[in-house]
Amino acid sequence: MATSSETPTVSLREAADLLAGEALFLDVREQGEWDLGHVPDALHIPLGLLEDRAADKLPDRERDIVVYCAHGRRSLAALATLRALGYGRSRHLSDGFEEWEKSGFPVVVPSTLEPDQRRRYSRHLLIPELGEAGQRRLLESSVLLIGAGGLGSPASLYLAAAGVGTLGIVDDDVVDESNLQRQIAHSTQRLGDPKVESARDTLTALNPDVKVKTFNERLTSENIDRILAEGWDVIVDGADNFPTRYLVNDASVWHGIPVVHGSIYRFEGQATVFKPGEGPCYRCLFPTPPPPELAPSCAEGGVLGVLPGVIGSLQANETIKLVAGIGEPLIGRLLLFDALSATFTEVALRRDPNCPVCGEHPTVTEYIDYAEFCAA
Amino acid sequence: MSVVRIPPTLRTDTGGEREVIAEGDTVRDLLDDLTARFPTLESKLEYANVYVGGEDIRTRDGFETRVSASDTVILLPAMAGGSPAESAPHFPRS
Ligand SMILES: [Zn+2]
Repeated sequence: MATSSETPTVSLREAADLLAGEALFLDVREQGEWDLGHVPDALHIPLGLLEDRAADKLPDRERDIVVYCAHGRRSLAALATLRALGYGRSRHLSDGFEEWEKSGFPVVVPSTLEPDQRRRYSRHLLIPELGEAGQRRLLESSVLLIGAGGLGSPASLYLAAAGVGTLGIVDDDVVDESNLQRQIAHSTQRLGDPKVESARDTLTALNPDVKVKTFNERLTSENIDRILAEGWDVIVDGADNFPTRYLVNDASVWHGIPVVHGSIYRFEGQATVFKPGEGPCYRCLFPTPPPPELAPSCAEGGVLGVLPGVIGSLQANETIKLVAGIGEPLIGRLLLFDALSATFTEVALRRDPNCPVCGEHPTVTEYIDYAEFCAA
Repeated sequence: MSVVRIPPTLRTDTGGEREVIAEGDTVRDLLDDLTARFPTLESKLEYANVYVGGEDIRTRDGFETRVSASDTVILLPAMAGGSPAESAPHFPRS
């Protein structure tokens, strides 16, 4: 058995010098730790597998080896194993990888994207603010869309294209001919089909990375907690009625999930982000729905087909920013868009301390199923 | 005297006007002038938020908030539509 008279411990500085030479760095941490970053060109064998794999992976027992873990404890155990196996020139980095990283010594973060993902998301990976870490966050995120209609169509298409890993869609409607002027997730071939199924097929055809969970039901006080219990990072509210808007708001406050809100009417639309704890909620603006007699009749409706394209895309944009943790989301700001004058206007939204749901003394503490004003 | 922007859901009450010039130095005066000319607006305005210079009047002086000629006043009722099914105004004016 080869032995070494050198000290079995190396300092950060000595390790850095050894890295420049011929020494092999051996990382004995777990996979999850390795994935977050490691010493360049290091070999990875988790401590528990070291005894089995050493002979295979380390054929040269005379080589200089620097073994490390996070804080220097597991590497000390690994050192004993290596020495017992005959690796006489092995030493360990007693300060550990965390100190190494903190001190500014070189670290590489391994790619966890598949080659086809690197190609698909290459234009994201090229943006420094997003990059691989941001793309990973998108792929690991779950976003729930309320409605697969005018707003939900463009929002879900862009979120699917961006690689949001899980998209949930809640809608109990079927595809109607009058939808196709603006609801671009659906098509003439899908007339009469449930919108959630039509949308799922469109989205998975666009990007097979995306898992689509469908909820072919109308959101109510009965099912909302069950649907939210599946765990969502962001809710995209593209509902077409007040009862759903209020349910979504109250649930988002109680579950602590941000809502990316959008609404449209004729040539005008608006978007904002309601993030519990950081900004106002929908009830801070509108504590209760208007009385039915003050709501315009349904016949007065109508919408320019491209308008939900603009607002739904803004919702996708805000969702991506929230998930990736970049930029300045529309929290506490309402963006108004007028398609005819092609202008955006912004107004400030403030949290209301007297808000019935997120205020200091909430009066709304359970779900309310408001009556529908008119058939959708 | 200021420009008041009329939201699309309230334009049936203003004869289709998108913007209306209203007289007055405070929000209250402006809205009084507006509802005198367009009476059906009154009940709906109770459920609309009012913004002066991009700020909610509730965070300023409420209906006593002063308005200058260069300020644009925005009325904001709640809009429900993701599809254009319906839409309605909001918020008590008190
Ligand atoms: Zn609130």
